[in-house]
Amino acid sequence: MSRSGQSRSRWIALVAVPLLFGSIAGVQTRIDSEVGSLSQQKDDLLLRSPSAIQKMSLGYDSLLADIYWTRAVQYYGGRFTTKGATFPLLWPLLDITTTLDPHLLIAYRFGAVFLSESGTAGAGRPDLAVELVKRGIAANPDEWRLNMDLGFLYYWRLKDYQSSASAYLDGSNKPNAPPWMKVMAARVAQKGGSLETSRMIWSEIYESNKDPKVREHALATLRGLKAAEDENALDQLANEYQKRFGRYPAAIGELRSAGLLAAIPVDPDGYPYVLLPDGKAALDPKSSVVIPEEIKSPPTPGHSSERGAH
Amino acid sequence: MSAAPVPVALNTFREAVRDRVLYNLIFFALLMMGAAILVGQISIGIDRLVILNLGLSAISIIGLVMAVFIGVGLVSKEMEKRTLYSLLARPIRRWQFLLGKYAGLVLTLAVNTLFMTLGLAAALFYVGRPFVRSDGLVLVAVYFILLELALVTALALFFSCFSSPMLSTLFTLGIYLTGCFASDIRTFGEFTKNPAIKTFTRVLYYLVPNFHNFNVIAAAAHGSRIPLSLVGNNTLYATFYVALLLVSASAVFSARNLK
Amino acid sequence: MSAPAIEILGLTKDYPIGFWPKRARRSLDALTLEVEEGEIFGFLGPNGAGKTTTLKLLTGLIFPTSGTARVRGRSIDDIEMHREIGYLPEQPYFYDYLTARELLDYYARVSHYSSGDRRERVSRLLERVGLSSAADVQLRKYSKGMLQRVGIAQAILAEPQVVLLDEPMSGLDPVGRYEVRDIILELQKQGRTVFFSTHILSDAEMLCDRVAVLVGGKLQGVGAPSEIVSLEVHAMDILFELRPGQDLPPGLRENVTRIGGRCRLEVPETELYPTLDKLRGLQARILSVSPVRPTLEDYFLRLVGSDRAVSRGVEVPFR
Repeated sequence: MSRSGQSRSRWIALVAVPLLFGSIAGVQTRIDSEVGSLSQQKDDLLLRSPSAIQKMSLGYDSLLADIYWTRAVQYYGGRFTTKGATFPLLWPLLDITTTLDPHLLIAYRFGAVFLSESGTAGAGRPDLAVELVKRGIAANPDEWRLNMDLGFLYYWRLKDYQSSASAYLDGSNKPNAPPWMKVMAARVAQKGGSLETSRMIWSEIYESNKDPKVREHALATLRGLKAAEDENALDQLANEYQKRFGRYPAAIGELRSAGLLAAIPVDPDGYPYVLLPDGKAALDPKSSVVIPEEIKSPPTPGHSSERGAH
Repeated sequence: MSAAPVPVALNTFREAVRDRVLYNLIFFALLMMGAAILVGQISIGIDRLVILNLGLSAISIIGLVMAVFIGVGLVSKEMEKRTLYSLLARPIRRWQFLLGKYAGLVLTLAVNTLFMTLGLAAALFYVGRPFVRSDGLVLVAVYFILLELALVTALALFFSCFSSPMLSTLFTLGIYLTGCFASDIRTFGEFTKNPAIKTFTRVLYYLVPNFHNFNVIAAAAHGSRIPLSLVGNNTLYATFYVALLLVSASAVFSARNLK
Repeated sequence: MSAPAIEILGLTKDYPIGFWPKRARRSLDALTLEVEEGEIFGFLGPNGAGKTTTLKLLTGLIFPTSGTARVRGRSIDDIEMHREIGYLPEQPYFYDYLTARELLDYYARVSHYSSGDRRERVSRLLERVGLSSAADVQLRKYSKGMLQRVGIAQAILAEPQVVLLDEPMSGLDPVGRYEVRDIILELQKQGRTVFFSTHILSDAEMLCDRVAVLVGGKLQGVGAPSEIVSLEVHAMDILFELRPGQDLPPGLRENVTRIGGRCRLEVPETELYPTLDKLRGLQARILSVSPVRPTLEDYFLRLVGSDRAVSRGVEVPFR
């Protein structure tokens, strides 16, 4: 082309290129806003066969595993905020992630907590969670933390204290396992279902996990457990009051004036507990503390508990 | 003067045909036949799904390979072989030449894709499924594949204007892969605490051609809905990006001294 | 006095070499030249002199570092200028998967001829360059000579007013060269201007109205072939036979070359008659007397020989 043609091309390019990039970004934003559900479906078929993905990954397994892990987290985090969310794809995503990279511990640990979690915070599938963690243990036999997770699952979700104890025991023999694993094994076998045991277990989950979502969840549970303990204590005091005065106290303040309480107790969220007409303590409805479902469930035979026993 | 790209385009198409490029269709036909027969033996209800997935993926991959390997030679081959000398001495502007080469390859890809789609339809037919309404989605998926190929071709052509075939292949494939995982890269970026990386991955997301926009193979295979707005948006996206690449290629090529 | 067909003004081309420090090789140094309408103009020079560079600059394949040029009044910057020219590149390459007919048809389309017109035009052209029988064979099967003819055909396809040929005779056998010469003359008869570069000096002498000599990117001289060589001193060449037994006197003996029974002697023009008298005195039989026509080749060799360094191109610091 000619020299003037050259400079004309260059001018056109200089003007058009930024304009076009701008338009492209604009269209992309439009696409992104409208395609949310589509990208979920995009994974639909592939998710059903992790071994197929592995074959197709051409050896870049762990890279793909990282990508799937990212998607799993994003999937969970994205749906977490929607009311009434379910997480049907969480299991397949974690399944693929761990198939591609069996040593991705964080995926097993995340799954242990959120696959098993019922209600709106998880997929409600403790059975799948157990399967996942067992796979993790098989692939990482020296990792004591996975045993801890397994112990947690049996204890907290499935109320199978025997299996829980043996999980903790097995874990306690693994390299670098802290001494309390043995203690936990003993406690669970002995006093399965107690609030204190539960608190210990959830504390360890909080301490040993690095994933922020898991820690957040553990903290919330611990607060719920504390609230349950407090409620139990208040119930005892209310019973005491009843014995003394022939009726249940009308308000917490009466417990204080009766000398049974030094000060009005507050829940971990800062709200004072309230007293129900039947003498049972309860959380202020404005409080964000939630008492975990698991300790509200009816007692299993052979273990005493009524909203947890000491 | 304005019709000068047309003979260039037609000649590029003719070159591809004479280079026996279209023989890839035989491979594709064999693949489809094999799949149809195999899947017909196992009736577990997913035969249609497998054929659609396999077929659409093959159309996409074969098209991609063609777009890259022919595309990177579009300009560099003519410069190397000096066939360009007698052409550019004629009253044809350089951008018209580029446009013609581009259109010729896209035409080749379109024809190739058309035949493959027919092959896919034949395989579906063989497997015994009548055509359902949702098969229209397959056509949408194929259209998106074509848009994708048009984009990749433009990329390859752009690099062809100034770099060797091997380097151009690396660059084009590199950008393609980055574009496929663009949203994942951005998500990675969002999880870091480092604001510089966050910004960088965000900018990268908007800069790089986002090929994941075009991948609706799973949705088409399942017969799930594809929003109409996506068709419009993807067309716009591809058009803008191709225009960007062609304008840039033209600026680069117009200044090149031929050896 | 019509405008020149080709006007070149101070055309310069530098090629950058090396990265750091940036230097440049000057392959064409301020060439200034004019070619008249209807001329056959020869562009001579050794390899690397800049002839191909000049042609590529004129055809817009490369861009000048400085200077301008015009063809029939239009700047080389102007794409419309390309309608006025036809170009045969040095060692042409064409799409080897096409036949000659297809190639010419393709080029004709690019130059916008309608289809009926095209077919006829292409056939005529193939006939003219002697390729009718091979017209539908793929170019990859063509010999070098055949490819050269295709090249010429595509150069004159659009019937341009100015035809630029880079080494048009290369790769051709004597018959082919004769035909090309014939075509060039025919082009001139049609009123077109032919500008061609060549190594073959005898062709240049025979065909060209004027020639230019380029060495090391610099123009050494322009003019009619006879003008250029007339810078040389004329001598005379005498062919004679001595009478048997006769011997040459000492004054002449050293300068005579014996070829078989004959003797050849070269003397300056001014010495012609005295020498003839001497030979008459010896009763030698004079066979012929002819002027030693210095050829372009002598001029050339002298230029190039004395200037080897220049012919390699001068290094110029990059601005």
